[in-house]
Amino acid sequence: MRQYFQRKLGIYVLTFFVAVTIDWMIPRFMPGDPVQTMLSRASLRPEAAQSMQAYLNSVFGLDMPLWRQYLNFWGGLLRGDLGISVWLFPQPVTGVILRAVPYTLALLVPATLLSWWAGNKFGALAARRKWLDNTVLPLGYVLTATPYMWLAILLAWLFGSVTGWFPLSGGYSFSLAPAWSLEFAGSLFWHWFLPFLSLFLVAFGGWAIGMRNMVIYELEADYAHYLESLGAPRRLVRRYAFRNALLPQLTGLALQLGVLVAGALVTEIVFSYPGLGYLVLQAVNNQDFFLLQGVFLFIVIGVLAANFLIDIVYVVIDPRTRTGMRGDTA
Amino acid sequence: MSGPELKEELAVATPAAPPGAATAVAAGPVPRARGRGEVLYFARRNRKLVAGLAVVAGFLVVAAVGPLLTDHGPNDYVGPPSQPPSADFWFGTTTFGQDVFAQFTHGLRSTFLVGVLGGGLAGLIGMLIGFTAGYRGGVVDEVLNMLTNVVLVIPTLAVLLIVAAYLRVRGVVPEAIFIGLTSWPWVARAVRAQTFSLRTRDFVDLARLSGAGGRAIIVREIAPNMSSYLLMSGILLFGGAVLLAATLDFIGLGPTSGISLGLMMNNAVLWSALQLGMWWWFVPPGLGITAIVGSLYIMNVGLDEVFNPKLRKL
Repeated sequence: MRQYFQRKLGIYVLTFFVAVTIDWMIPRFMPGDPVQTMLSRASLRPEAAQSMQAYLNSVFGLDMPLWRQYLNFWGGLLRGDLGISVWLFPQPVTGVILRAVPYTLALLVPATLLSWWAGNKFGALAARRKWLDNTVLPLGYVLTATPYMWLAILLAWLFGSVTGWFPLSGGYSFSLAPAWSLEFAGSLFWHWFLPFLSLFLVAFGGWAIGMRNMVIYELEADYAHYLESLGAPRRLVRRYAFRNALLPQLTGLALQLGVLVAGALVTEIVFSYPGLGYLVLQAVNNQDFFLLQGVFLFIVIGVLAANFLIDIVYVVIDPRTRTGMRGDTA
Repeated sequence: MSGPELKEELAVATPAAPPGAATAVAAGPVPRARGRGEVLYFARRNRKLVAGLAVVAGFLVVAAVGPLLTDHGPNDYVGPPSQPPSADFWFGTTTFGQDVFAQFTHGLRSTFLVGVLGGGLAGLIGMLIGFTAGYRGGVVDEVLNMLTNVVLVIPTLAVLLIVAAYLRVRGVVPEAIFIGLTSWPWVARAVRAQTFSLRTRDFVDLARLSGAGGRAIIVREIAPNMSSYLLMSGILLFGGAVLLAATLDFIGLGPTSGISLGLMMNNAVLWSALQLGMWWWFVPPGLGITAIVGSLYIMNVGLDEVFNPKLRKL
């Protein structure tokens, strides 16, 4: 088990290192001068432009040797200094991001967990049941082929614009100030529901199909046939199949994290939900490179942390990893 | 490698890959003796495969012919603003009087281009790394496996975000190349796992004894035994590249000139098509992507049944 965790942690540390290096390299080795590009494209007040120029030069430190720039970059990073936002000048990027993260997590975590749970249950039910299979399967394929933003757009249009049942944008009603009140909580929930539903539905399709295929595969396995020939009840066999099929689905969850985050980003953009996706859009529109790079690092850290959590869960549900065997090489 | 372990290695292919693929692999290598005629026989009779193929081919025709039907570019201001679909403008017009049909057909072209180029490149890299790692083993495998795992964990879209943001001029081709460069890992892992299990087979030993080199063995002995899996992975990569490009375009990091389906949705949301109820602006691009990618997935299920005798319905 120790070896298992050591291996995993090694990969995550290496990945983080690579990600930070990419983050550092891209502005420096892409064609063109990023400082000039930023300044010419950001429409700043003159005094802001001046201080930005000075600031950018000192941050990029383009006159210093490369290894020095690289070390400084890490130094700033470890101090939690990701630069100053252009869009919300002069607020530090870290603060801007930390304010947005709770909204993204509030969407992403429930949508991910619930869709995984419900998709697994439904997929397992559908396997080898003709009429369910014929309805859930096509629906699942359509859902999983739907671009996240398109389903979000459709839901926003149908339930926000046409019927007016749900609000179209924002994280809470503009007439309210954040407070610990029932009214505010209700408003939060009201604005949260559609983006959540949209994320949930797209992810649900993929999990249902995956589970259905895995269960069918498990029911073909020798142990399932053996149990059947012993006269074990069908429910018992299916339960064993389900538990075995869960392992690859869990690996799948780890691998899908990046896609889910991407889905959350675009869903937030559709609903103008004040999470990381909204920041990304603003950063792109305002040429706020520090903000964009900060969001990149936050996403990487979040995905790595979630991966590690899944590894821990894996140890709990897969006894092979505990006894030193390598159940999964991921 | 034993049964259950192999299964999990291969199941890794499922996520990026709405499955179908996993079950085909489970059936093991396809016997080479089987004739091409048999595959064709089952392929033509498989409704999922035929229907999926028909939809994709239909969109391909629209992408090829559509732009020829209009004599103006996708971004030209040609008509009255905000018109619903009519005889003059089949899909209506945008807030600026651009022809949505022209945008849609040109966008379809970019979609197919990104899918073929991005998916193809990812497939090539994945196969190259997977075959090399699986066949060579040892230190080469360790290094390549580490590389694969690192790229696998890094969220692809996040990398594409910052790369695209720093590009001053963005085109569909560079976008496809970047997508190809980042979305290969699950193919590499699956190919590696299969190569592992194939390289100890007798026919591979025989080829080695007869003096064949590593590359020849991979191309002539190993790859043909997983050709059905490779084909299906290619289809899934195509779908994945299309969805990824749409996401990137929607965020506003799509092609700076020209049009794509993701960019159409981006513009529609940006200019309040939702609030104004201009459904003709945002329904076609999403519907196009969903139909193409969904048909590809269903085609894959069909292919699975064609290649895997266990799944055939007679």
